[in-house]
Amino acid sequence: MTKKQLEMKHPYERFLRKERMPHIWCEGCGNGIILNCFARALDELDIDLNNVVVVSGIGCIGRISGYVNADSFHTTHGRPIAFATGAKLAKPELKVVVISGDGDLFAIGGNHFIHAARRNVDIKVICANNFVYGMTGGQYGPTTPLEAWTTTTPYGNIEQAFNLVHLAAASGAVYVARWTALHVRRLTESIKKALQKEGFSFVEVISQCPEIYGRHNKMKTAISMMKWFKEASEVRNFSDPAKADISPSRIIVGEFVDVEKPSYGRLLREMKAKLQTE
Amino acid sequence: MPVRIWRKPLDAEKIKVKKAEVHILKNQCKGCGFCIEFCPKQVLETSDELNIKGSHPPKIVDETKCALCGFCTAVCPDFAIFTIEKDCKEGC
Repeated sequence: MTKKQLEMKHPYERFLRKERMPHIWCEGCGNGIILNCFARALDELDIDLNNVVVVSGIGCIGRISGYVNADSFHTTHGRPIAFATGAKLAKPELKVVVISGDGDLFAIGGNHFIHAARRNVDIKVICANNFVYGMTGGQYGPTTPLEAWTTTTPYGNIEQAFNLVHLAAASGAVYVARWTALHVRRLTESIKKALQKEGFSFVEVISQCPEIYGRHNKMKTAISMMKWFKEASEVRNFSDPAKADISPSRIIVGEFVDVEKPSYGRLLREMKAKLQTE
Repeated sequence: MPVRIWRKPLDAEKIKVKKAEVHILKNQCKGCGFCIEFCPKQVLETSDELNIKGSHPPKIVDETKCALCGFCTAVCPDFAIFTIEKDCKEGC
């Protein structure tokens, strides 16, 4: 390796806390791709890192708050949206991004999610959906598909899974999109759109967990999971999110909702100004 | 089958095809192989070399084939690979 090559720095290095890299995630984990796409979105939008707050919950992807070189907060299980709401209302000029997993946001934190979406709090939620509780050993969760093998469903899962985009759209989010970890370009565009939008934006990322989920479900490596995303995903922009199902043969991806609505913070400030003038 | 161009484009002399430099930060790599698998031009391949973590970072087969699409940079979960345009001011 030449001296020049040793001196070369990764273009997104300034978005990462270098002393904490390399990160803890397994080889081929989708969380690293989400971090990469998030860094790229910040880079392309040229957002000042001092105005970004990353809040994460518990789970493998919860570690992301330690890796992003912005102000960040690793919160208690299921509560990142509650913390993010507080941060956003206290300092409205901040861009508050919640990056967390499906178990954190939709199992224990499900109520926070639907009510933040209903109120249209101006936060951005990026959810890594890996179908399973990866960090605690692979128990089944609210997004585990039917018949999937997990450590707590050794005969196959018999529970129906949440359709996260449908849930977000029905709760009142202004921007809803779903991509897989393979759709890096479209995912970056969606994160960029979400960051620029006022109101509750939700981006679901179907992420691979080769170690805990894929290995037990006929996909031995991270590459085979990515190949599954490639073969099964079907882009259907602005289709009905209720029909956006995930099955072994088909993953409907795309942008589902993009509407304008006044955010909770704006209505609150307007109300406050109105009452103060009276 | 590549498309055969039988007429030379009029602006062929004006337009220069960008040349790429592929940089691999070997010790950051965990060897997932996404960059090798999803490179549209097959620029990379697996190597027998071991890095400090004991995984096999990719090796460059033919840098001149790289079309600077940047997919490897975007899909790498470990921030271990990136491509930049070659500085051709002094000829390359």
